[in-house]
Amino acid sequence: MKLKKLATVSVAAIMAASPVMADLVFPSLSYRTGAYAAGGIPFADGYADYFTLLNQRDGGIGGVPTRVIECETAYNTEKGVECYESTKGEGALVYQPLSTGITYQLIPKATADGIPIHSMGYGRTSAANGDVFSNVFNYPGNYWHAASGIINYLLDENNGDLNGKNIALVYHNSAYGKEPIRTLEELSAKHGFNLTLLAVDHPGQEQKSQWLQIRRERPDNVIMWGWGVMNPTAINEAINIRYPMEDFIGVWWSGSENDVVAAGAGADGYKAITFHNVGSDFPVFDDIQQYVVEAGLAAGAGDQIGTVLYNRGLYAAMLAAEAAKTAQEIHGVADITAAMMRDGMEALEISEEKMAALGMPNFGPAFTVTCENHGGPGLGAIQQWDAESQTWSLITDFMEPDMDVIQPLIDADSAAFAAENNIEPQC
Amino acid sequence: MSADFLNLLEVAINGLMAGVLYSLVALGFVLIFKASGVFNYAQGVMALFAAQTLVGIQTGQVPFAHLINAIFGTEVHYFGWNVPALLAILFTVLVMILFAWIVVKVILVRLVGQEPIILFMATIGLAYFMEGFGDMMWNSEVKRLDVGIPSGGSFWIEDVTVQWAAEGERYFGMYVDVLDIWATVIAVALVASLAAFAQYTKPGRAMRAVADDPTAALSVGISLNKIWIMVWSLAGFVAIVAGIMWGAKSGVQFSLSLIALKALPVLMLGGFTSISGAIVGGLIIGVGEKLFEYLIGVPFLGGATENWFAYVLALIFLVFRPQGLFGEKIIERV
Repeated sequence: MKLKKLATVSVAAIMAASPVMADLVFPSLSYRTGAYAAGGIPFADGYADYFTLLNQRDGGIGGVPTRVIECETAYNTEKGVECYESTKGEGALVYQPLSTGITYQLIPKATADGIPIHSMGYGRTSAANGDVFSNVFNYPGNYWHAASGIINYLLDENNGDLNGKNIALVYHNSAYGKEPIRTLEELSAKHGFNLTLLAVDHPGQEQKSQWLQIRRERPDNVIMWGWGVMNPTAINEAINIRYPMEDFIGVWWSGSENDVVAAGAGADGYKAITFHNVGSDFPVFDDIQQYVVEAGLAAGAGDQIGTVLYNRGLYAAMLAAEAAKTAQEIHGVADITAAMMRDGMEALEISEEKMAALGMPNFGPAFTVTCENHGGPGLGAIQQWDAESQTWSLITDFMEPDMDVIQPLIDADSAAFAAENNIEPQC
Repeated sequence: MSADFLNLLEVAINGLMAGVLYSLVALGFVLIFKASGVFNYAQGVMALFAAQTLVGIQTGQVPFAHLINAIFGTEVHYFGWNVPALLAILFTVLVMILFAWIVVKVILVRLVGQEPIILFMATIGLAYFMEGFGDMMWNSEVKRLDVGIPSGGSFWIEDVTVQWAAEGERYFGMYVDVLDIWATVIAVALVASLAAFAQYTKPGRAMRAVADDPTAALSVGISLNKIWIMVWSLAGFVAIVAGIMWGAKSGVQFSLSLIALKALPVLMLGGFTSISGAIVGGLIIGVGEKLFEYLIGVPFLGGATENWFAYVLALIFLVFRPQGLFGEKIIERV
């Protein structure tokens, strides 16, 4: 009995003397309510489910449990900033602002606070220049990569020649929607295609004028840069004027189930560019089923698993977790800080072997982040909708963008930002 | 005829069709404002809720499935049946009548005699409550709405009009969406029915009496409660029609509630108290914004002018007729 007491006291003493292992905190600025909830819910579910999986299956990252703090932004910039302010003191390691507007507001704040931001496929495009934006990362791709990726795909489809072709851009009339214009104008000059710009006012429920113009001008291809209700409305209008779906390509924010389901069978063949794979045919989903869903720990209603935006959330969480592991390896501690996390993100290497080991083979492109390049290689694949089976499938490999056009744009924009804010190069 | 002229005609006709859809939304506002003096901020959300309910009933969705599953650990989402469109519409009408009854009994009756601004604030609260309630009841996924109304450009109109173009002109025929034609027919029938109801039926006359002078109407034995329930039910029915037409275009999702924004310039222009004002106002706004976008917006201003131009147009009318085209001029003596 005495021996047992002694052992208990000894264990308690050792535990008290050991450093306290805090959680690794990953805030999730989600939007499960409001106009864009249909897009926000699956992403938030995917992000949360992956960290739940790591906790349940692996005991966290490097032995330290993860904790997702979800804060509702309703896709509202002010609320997003409030969420940041209210959660950063919890030991936040990295923020996914999940909105271009919120990202712009958080760039100076997070940089001053030393907390990294990962605006994956959105936000300030020139943040890809790590020399200027020390704490902002937008790997594996940004808007300009997407624009170039779409044009490269069209080049492939047209035997490398777009000279004289007519391409229309239907875009959300906002800073987000206007992002690809400069890149497409440069590419238009380079490849000789004619570019028609068609702005759609927020929220995008009324697009009759734009599609009447498309019907009159009959462009060879239509590119869409939309979000929310603008996407299904545009696809529906395209069906109404009998525009071929095979010639209609959206950016990755115009390529989820939400955008095509409402249009029914007519949406068959619609395409979108993506920076991650689609569907649930990956071993990681078996683990999610076993350790998350069957354990009753799925986020939300658990009914979004395998959808495009769920996979995007899952992918974002995987990249965050891998960066945290990298940070633990670099600094030799399990309980990392935001500054260490930043180092981990800057040294992140995603290889095919690593993704396969995680149960996510070919889930996204292989890439490496460096001090200079926070944007990754910008590889994009084309996905196509099959209305009958209600599934997306990849119809190309991950393709390279035209960095000869994009890099000067990134350099010019980031240099202007650096000059405005007196930022010294960090690399 | 030249292709340019035919294109202009096409834009104008499509503007008229869009105007009919705006009018459908505006009608709901007018009905409630006429009978109770309340500007119903929740009208757009009512259209969303009606469309969500219609799709939910049609596809056999289990209401509050997420809540039920979370509490009882079940996995129920659908009953496994499909309800025919007409029957589903009928059930939705019943739901909207129940909704009207609850709104009147729980909110309006308790606010009798309050300032209009208080009633307006109450409808703002109602709108936000319904947004959340609708999402909780039917979830916030984007849903397909199909009640069998055809959509897409009319081949017949295209074939006929393509011959109108002069030889050598690059013209593909006039585009008119069949769904818009249906919307126009339904809107005309709806307005004619409402006008006949108000003019020739006893409850309709009672509704007009309440609209003219609530106190006098009460003194002759007209029940304010019943009239309000009837008017909110009618507005609910208009919301169903608007929800079907708009939902068929862009799917049933949260943004359906924002169609109320398209009704505001129509109301400013047509007046808050006139059914015919809502119709004419809708047509003027529809044609005006589409022609402006085609003639000036796209060539000179980079496009996307429709939203703001609708309000500019309404403001221009307001300067000359503050009560709107068909609104009643209110004179208050000091």
